[in-house]
Amino acid sequence: MSDRANTSAPAGGCAEALLIARGLRKAFSGKAVLDGVDLVVPRGSLVCVLGKSGTGKSVLLKCIAGVLRPDAGEICFDGRTLPAGAGPEREAFRRRCSYLFQSNALFDSLSALENVMLPLEQTTALRRREITGRARDVLRVLELDEFRERFPSQLSGGMQKRLALARALVTRPELVLFDEPTAGLDPLRRNAVFSMITRYQVELGFTAVVVTHDLEEALVAADRVALLDEGRMRFSGTPAEFRASGDGPVRGFRDSVEDLRAEVAANRAHQPRPGARETLEILTQ
Amino acid sequence: MLQTIGHKTLGAVAELGDFTLFTTRAFGASVGAPRLGRRIVRSIYEQGVRCLPVVLIVGAFTGLVLGLQGYYVLARFGSEGLLGTLVSLTLTRELAPVLAALMVVGQAGSAIAAEIGIQRNSEQIDALETMGVDPRRYLVSPRLLVATAVFPIHAAFFTLVGLVGGYLSGSVLLSLEGGIYWSSVLRAVGPDDVRECFIKAVVFGIVTMAICCHNGFNAHRRAGLTGARAVSASTTRAVVLSSIAVLATDYLITSALV
Repeated sequence: MSDRANTSAPAGGCAEALLIARGLRKAFSGKAVLDGVDLVVPRGSLVCVLGKSGTGKSVLLKCIAGVLRPDAGEICFDGRTLPAGAGPEREAFRRRCSYLFQSNALFDSLSALENVMLPLEQTTALRRREITGRARDVLRVLELDEFRERFPSQLSGGMQKRLALARALVTRPELVLFDEPTAGLDPLRRNAVFSMITRYQVELGFTAVVVTHDLEEALVAADRVALLDEGRMRFSGTPAEFRASGDGPVRGFRDSVEDLRAEVAANRAHQPRPGARETLEILTQ
Repeated sequence: MLQTIGHKTLGAVAELGDFTLFTTRAFGASVGAPRLGRRIVRSIYEQGVRCLPVVLIVGAFTGLVLGLQGYYVLARFGSEGLLGTLVSLTLTRELAPVLAALMVVGQAGSAIAAEIGIQRNSEQIDALETMGVDPRRYLVSPRLLVATAVFPIHAAFFTLVGLVGGYLSGSVLLSLEGGIYWSSVLRAVGPDDVRECFIKAVVFGIVTMAICCHNGFNAHRRAGLTGARAVSASTTRAVVLSSIAVLATDYLITSALV
């Protein structure tokens, strides 16, 4: 089966996977960001959506989460097609899905504990004691309980990321959408974030969709990877299939380090044009 | 030119419709909303406690100036004894609800617009939506509910302090008998005047807080502006529109009640 064929979501019913996005289109000011995107997320899996910056990865997640309304296409969750706008089906989906924002989107005027309690306080009829207990349980799992009275601004970047994850997990979601969880982190912390996601995925049993451009980490952690390029899903398959793929966009993304290496070598071998340095000195004087 | 006027008119009508829907939904969302208590307490602090000092200060100086100006104007006609009537009716029917509302807009309304605008910018509002929490219910409803109670209280305090200010300038600094001043106050102000004061205060509270929340909530929709500049523009717009709305609705309510 060709790589391109893998990108198509199955037609007809949506019972095979937890989440299926089919033919999603979204344009801003006439410019198509998503141009018929398909995505299949098997239950219990970790799917990484790869792609260059600005290719619409976050827009795809926001369309799935309902923050943005797609211009066309459909999203099936647990066998049911979700309506594009608000409604009971969408509300039910939101109760079973969490979203971890790239910026964490923590409430800076609430303490760590209050941030984690917020979704339970506002969407359930649980007693306050039970809400506090559940929030502290999640904070304990994420090793944040001793910092529960601190405000987000008093926590380190990694702790804020864990706090955002705690808030996303406290409602015991079946699906967690991670929007660039490793953006701006150094390689060690990137590894730590992916390790954290896989660890808590096993402990808490959720399905995860991670949008990222960290190729190596994604290929190690993911059960399946998808490549979004120029508004279209160019590849969908296992990490092994991704490594073996000869498809142009996949090769371009996968071999970007090799390409860089070649470019750097070529640049260093390149002789400077005669007089270029002198011209620069004159210009900067 | 006609096209520009038509475009701007349609834009204004669309925004008015959006604002009306926003306010209606925020009020509707407050019905049966879970755990609004803490948000309401916070809003009482935001609009009530924090604004009270400035309302009292402005009320006192307004009363002092009214007493001073009123005394000399009435003295020309030998009617200084009506100073209490002038000060009390001016304050109760007009100045207290209007100036108190403008003070709360300056102090709390601008802060609310900026806070919600920053929450929009930092995706906190999107986060609420993904959690299944209606951001209007969480961020706007408590503020509108509190405004219906806090603005009349501010207007009442403004009136009381203004009356004392009028007494200080008319009777303590000038030569009007204190008893004459207070008896004319009591004779002049009737239930209809108090009702007008409170009706105005409630309407101003709802309109101004809704405008401030709406502008912050839609900070991302400011054409050509993003980030901190969008928040700054929304805050300025919220204060300007609220101030205009106070004066415009004041005229409409006065016309209806006179």
